[in-house]
Amino acid sequence: MPRRHLARSASCCKSFLGRRLVTVTLVVFLVGTVLPLGAASSPEITTRDVNGDHNQETPENKHNEHDSHNTSQKAFPVLSVDFKRIGQPFEISLWVLLASLMKLGFHMTPRVSSIVPESCLLIVVGLLVGGLIQLVGQKPPPLGPDLFFLCLLPPIILDAGYFLPIRPFTENVGTILIFAVVGTLWNIFFVGGLLYGICQLEGVHLGQVDLITCLLFGSIISAVDPVAVLAVFEEIHINELLHILVFGESLLNDAVTVVLYHLFEEYAGVGHVTPLDVLLGVVCFLVVSLGGILVGAIYGILAAFTSRFTSHTRVIEPLFVFLYSYMAYLSAEVFHLSGIMALIACGVVMRPYVEANISHKSHTTIKYFLKMWSSVSETLIFIFLGVSTVAGDHSWNWTFVTSTVILCLVSRVLGVVGLTFIINKFRIVKLTTKDQFIIAYGGLRGAIAFSLCYLLDKVHFPMRDMFLTAVITEIFFTVFVQGMTIRPLVDLLAVKKKQETKRSINEEIHTQFLDHLLTGIEDICGHYGHHHWKDKMNRFNKKYVKKCLIAGERSKEPQLIAFYHKMEMKHAIELVESGGGGGGGGYANVKMPCAMPSTVSMQNIQPKKQPERVLPQLPKGREEEIRKILRSNLQKTRQRLQSYNRHTLVVDPYEDGWNEILIKRKKVIELEKKITQMSNYLTVPAPPPDSPTMSRARLSSDPQAWSVKHDSDGVPSIQVDLASPQSPPDSVCIVNDLAKSSALSAGGTREEDGGLTMKPPSSLAVTAPKKEEKGGEQQEEGKEQQRLIRCLSDPGPSADEEEDEPFLP
Amino acid sequence: MGAAQSGPTEHEFQDIADRTGFSLEQIRNLNKRFKWLNNHQETLRREDFEKVLNLSRNPIRAQIIQAFFDKRNFGMNEVGLVEEIGFEEFLTVMSYFKPSNKKLTEDETEALRTKKLRFLFNMHDTDNDGTITLEEYRDLVEKLLSTCETLEQDTAKDIADAAMLEVARTTVVHMEPHEVYEGVTFEQFQQILKGLELETKMNVRFLQVNTTTMHCGK
Repeated sequence: MPRRHLARSASCCKSFLGRRLVTVTLVVFLVGTVLPLGAASSPEITTRDVNGDHNQETPENKHNEHDSHNTSQKAFPVLSVDFKRIGQPFEISLWVLLASLMKLGFHMTPRVSSIVPESCLLIVVGLLVGGLIQLVGQKPPPLGPDLFFLCLLPPIILDAGYFLPIRPFTENVGTILIFAVVGTLWNIFFVGGLLYGICQLEGVHLGQVDLITCLLFGSIISAVDPVAVLAVFEEIHINELLHILVFGESLLNDAVTVVLYHLFEEYAGVGHVTPLDVLLGVVCFLVVSLGGILVGAIYGILAAFTSRFTSHTRVIEPLFVFLYSYMAYLSAEVFHLSGIMALIACGVVMRPYVEANISHKSHTTIKYFLKMWSSVSETLIFIFLGVSTVAGDHSWNWTFVTSTVILCLVSRVLGVVGLTFIINKFRIVKLTTKDQFIIAYGGLRGAIAFSLCYLLDKVHFPMRDMFLTAVITEIFFTVFVQGMTIRPLVDLLAVKKKQETKRSINEEIHTQFLDHLLTGIEDICGHYGHHHWKDKMNRFNKKYVKKCLIAGERSKEPQLIAFYHKMEMKHAIELVESGGGGGGGGYANVKMPCAMPSTVSMQNIQPKKQPERVLPQLPKGREEEIRKILRSNLQKTRQRLQSYNRHTLVVDPYEDGWNEILIKRKKVIELEKKITQMSNYLTVPAPPPDSPTMSRARLSSDPQAWSVKHDSDGVPSIQVDLASPQSPPDSVCIVNDLAKSSALSAGGTREEDGGLTMKPPSSLAVTAPKKEEKGGEQQEEGKEQQRLIRCLSDPGPSADEEEDEPFLP
Repeated sequence: MGAAQSGPTEHEFQDIADRTGFSLEQIRNLNKRFKWLNNHQETLRREDFEKVLNLSRNPIRAQIIQAFFDKRNFGMNEVGLVEEIGFEEFLTVMSYFKPSNKKLTEDETEALRTKKLRFLFNMHDTDNDGTITLEEYRDLVEKLLSTCETLEQDTAKDIADAAMLEVARTTVVHMEPHEVYEGVTFEQFQQILKGLELETKMNVRFLQVNTTTMHCGK
């Protein structure tokens, strides 16, 4: 009996929840499926119609289920329904699913997404969903502060912090801080003060709003929101400087907002603030911001230290990054410190060390998880913003709302112009009028403001509803009007866009060179500036910190070498990807400078200066070095030969067994002997990007991309074993085969300088020497490549957006 | 070489300021430093740079010091090296690192960039043959990596080779098999470092020598 009772109550609950649930499910799937299909045609109408139909059906459904329940009363319930138990997680998954499908749909409609920013569309979807839920008679779930601050915000901030471009950030940290602190303070007091003045006006009927409450409102509305800024700025591809200025400001102003929010909330009841309180406020600001950074840094160092020991448990490696950062965020929030700053600090501090310690795969995992979480969170936030707009209790006051919007705009413009005037006196690269405009215009408000406002206690703040309405209006105004117009404006003003090209090795070398040069010049003229201190920090970092936090040999690896290796890997991955994206082999070749055989041009440059040398004995100390060289050279071979075994490449070369390397070395030495017997053959650098040969080869290979053919001598067939990517014997064989085949086909030359650099013949096959007879071979390669692309679907770091585009319809 | 002035007067400072674009305050500061470096002599010699302790840790100190004695950097269309330099030459070299105060037009920016790039190029092109040869490039990378305790000459070579190849590939459109790529010319150098925006990066603040200055950005 009790059981039946339970079941009945569950069914009641089900009828209550079920309707909503079914509706939501339908909305999810319909909106999700209709949107991509309908492209530009408005999907909203369709959804609404279908749902209207569905609503009529739901009572029947309910009825049926009741019946079935009644019939199952006597016998053992073969099929029982207990929705209550899974209700909450089910709902959560539904929302996430809705969010993901929305995102999917958005990206399948390029026409819409080129005009409307994603955030706008998502808010619209949220409005619709909220409206539907309202129609069904349910109360839509609002964007609760706990949900927002504890679940949705951290992933976005961690993503931002972990991938924060450190160099531009530190170079502009002064400007960013001034905008974030002084600018936000100015906004708060300007907006708050003037709003108070407006409230006091006759005929507005808002006389009961006091100054502190206005300032509280100002502190809520003034902060630029990182989520909104990220959402819009990532789409417009603005140049790095502007991006980091606006985005950095939005991250760092958190401390100001938190402090002033709590301060004004505290004193709202009292009604007056003494000078002592102001002083305490300043102290509090320092505590909140610096404390947040400290907490974050501590957790960051802990994470780095932990990652030192994870070499045997690679699977859980990424988890540490997430957990430590989340802990940092929560710990900071415990003390009302700035959680955002803690997260940023944690991400920034841990990243260089963690990346040196973890495997390449883990790095990819971290990257993908962060991107996934942050984009789902972002989507959810905007959808919930829309839903909450429908759900909330609104109290619309024309004067208050319009003056809020206008004042926000005015204060932002005045603040930016005024501050840049001062800042420009200290900057070497001055901010132009255009820059100022974009900075001012990019000051978007978002969900943080909404959540903070939502947190206000209605008892203490009777005006909360009005505030909430004003905040939502301001958010909508900034996200819709400014967010939608900023892209045309950027085009119109011809603001410099982000460079699309990847960093070349020459640029990296010269960046390093320049750093040293500037440090040297500063030292010579006795000026202890930026570069001097940076150099000091680097030294300290190298001498002490890296030794503690990074395991093994990699702690000693200079940045340039690390960059070099990273780039090699990236290029290999790119090669395959760009080949798949319709780029073809020729294009990819041009894009990858160092995956191509340096030996070729070496021969071209100074053939005489490369005398053959006898391989010296292997001193113990040089083994590591050789290992590295071997690794890089073998990679070169593999990459050049269309990266058949990209998989083994991606499988962290640092994890390769020592034995494997020894075997490889032997093979390479053998090879080398063979090759040196062959005639010298001078070759050229790669053919021009779109030489006729290349394009022809590409064209002809495309149609038969799927046909599998192994019977060419030039291209050995390779079984890529996805299940056991690390199997060393396989990869060795492959290398050997490839190397041999290329040696045979290309009849290449070799140069061996520096004793042990066993540069495989490599390189020679793909490039020019074989240009004439190359058509066929290229076809093969193209095919191989494309097949592989389908097998291996792991785009490496930073391979996301650009690579996505070719796949779009 | 122009090392005539013994204890430059305010008038001479003004003169130099007009020519190099430094402000009087900067020149006074730099003059103080110059005097400190060479123990109040008239000219500065290579040995004097040893006084700068921090410089000894700089991996490219040799090139930096060399740049001060390279006639190509004095803007006189002369080549070769000098043994000692006067204050004016010192300032001329320093002026390569001077941030521009006023807003620049496109052309001026371009000129500034070319000037700075030429300075860098001259630092690399040690034998003044108009190209950065592979040897020179390797040398450069090796120096850059020389702070690393575990010597990795081969890696340095690899990197230099890769870099060189990259230059060749991006700048030279087509090459016959028997042609020899001699090295990076200045035009290629310019092209390859276009993305670096040197005019905004290669700057040092010369104000307030020996004190920390306020920074608001680059």
